[in-house]
Amino acid sequence: MERINTPTAQNAVLQLKDVSVSYSPGKYAVKKVNADIFPHTITAIMGPSGCGKSTLLRAINRMHGLYANIQTTGEIILKGKNVLAMDPMVVRRMAGMVFQQPNPFPTMSIYDNVLAGYTLNGIRLNRNEKDEIVEQSLKSVSLWEEVKDVMNKRGSFLSGGQQQRLCIARTLALKPEVLLMDEPTSALDPISTNKIEELLLELKQQYTIIIVTHNMSQAARISDNSMFMYLGELVEHGNTTQMFTKPKHKRTEEYLTGVFG
Amino acid sequence: MKDKIFKSFLFAAALFILLLLAAIVYALVSRSGETFQTYGFWGFVTNSEWDPRSATEEYGALSFIMGTLYTAFLALVLCVPFSFSVALFNGEYFKGKKIAGVVRSVVDLLAGIPSIVYGLWGFYTVRPILIDLGVSVQGFGIILSALVLAIMIIPYASSLSGEFLSMISNNLKEAAYSLGATRLEVVKHVSLPNAASGIVASYILALGRALGETMAVTMLIGNTNRIPGGLRDTGNTMASVIANQFGEADGLKLSALIAIGLLLFIITALINLIAKLVMKKLSHA
Repeated sequence: MERINTPTAQNAVLQLKDVSVSYSPGKYAVKKVNADIFPHTITAIMGPSGCGKSTLLRAINRMHGLYANIQTTGEIILKGKNVLAMDPMVVRRMAGMVFQQPNPFPTMSIYDNVLAGYTLNGIRLNRNEKDEIVEQSLKSVSLWEEVKDVMNKRGSFLSGGQQQRLCIARTLALKPEVLLMDEPTSALDPISTNKIEELLLELKQQYTIIIVTHNMSQAARISDNSMFMYLGELVEHGNTTQMFTKPKHKRTEEYLTGVFG
Repeated sequence: MKDKIFKSFLFAAALFILLLLAAIVYALVSRSGETFQTYGFWGFVTNSEWDPRSATEEYGALSFIMGTLYTAFLALVLCVPFSFSVALFNGEYFKGKKIAGVVRSVVDLLAGIPSIVYGLWGFYTVRPILIDLGVSVQGFGIILSALVLAIMIIPYASSLSGEFLSMISNNLKEAAYSLGATRLEVVKHVSLPNAASGIVASYILALGRALGETMAVTMLIGNTNRIPGGLRDTGNTMASVIANQFGEADGLKLSALIAIGLLLFIITALINLIAKLVMKKLSHA
């Protein structure tokens, strides 16, 4: 596996340039954020509630396009292309998203849930291709052994942690360039959370992960880089260890030491 | 103590309704007894003769059962495209928008129009159109009744199914969108499958309405006592034959009409039972 030791803007997989998001004219939830995200890293986005971290994450895969009132400006360069100028359907397949609440499709079996990205996009696969994608995707989230004999059961029959891993598998099945995770463990118990965290550390060998988290110790445990946001602005962005030990900004320090949150 | 009094009041009220239902069923059964004794249950249900002349008096319910099924199912089929569109419009595409509220109010208004007014409108407006189109000479019949019935049941089919569609969680729809689905694909693969049992339930509710609807149908169906030869033919439904003939009926004829009432009651009860079973199956499968 190729590792990038000296990150430069050229090998960033994702670049945010002056990204702003407004929910109504003149009211910005995200203000002129600039950041480069490098391959095979986990980036944690932290900050108090309402700071715009989820809003920023959802700008990357054009989720804001679903709501007419939300405007995104600036440039978001994913693999050299500005996603704001692309077809949102294509962008969303390139940037997979995992949500706070595990949301497997309740009318689909576990098997069909993994393949949902293909079904939803009208891509036809033969039986062998399907079996292979399902097995690979479930293995990559360490769910294969647990569910291989109950493939035809509904996804909702699994535990919360298993459901979330199923949702990750569903996203990975489409081979995305980046994996966007919006507080993926906040609805889970500590053991399931732990499993997902271990999983993310494995997945970063192949994927680039951006994770929004409320949980500072989670950010410290798994992320390579951290972004701290406050009132819509990106206050600080850098190496996680450095940020946790020697934050450059007073706001970051106050947040990390629990002065506010 | 107060709690106990309230509880026994609730119990009494519930018991009263049960007894009322039992009383209605008893009245229907006892007063239709003569018919079933004369012809037997299957004899009555499978006979399509309805001849009130005293010399050749003979009564069978099949013509009206068929007339009811023809009109109700045709009305259901005709109402699907409209109520389905309205449901998607209100529950999915324009969910929460002002225009959805306006459409919902207008559709609900349709439910508030008295049956007799629909009958008049069908008689004086829709019937001439059918005559002009050459559907039938008089315009009366299954098609005319079903067309007007279809409009009457649109609110029942659309408001409930729209409700079920709008209840699909955003979380689930966003999951589908995040995988690159278009709106149509989300509707097809997420919204509709998840709301399926509710949508089926609302159509069965609408069918129940159509089966029992009396006034407008009586005015439009042509009131002939035989199995309709086709959709362009005239006929009678179970409800319309009762409405038409109960005033001058006595003896065996009155008993036969009450027997038809009992059958209509049984059919509607069965429809409701089927609806419940379908919903149960769809939500647990």
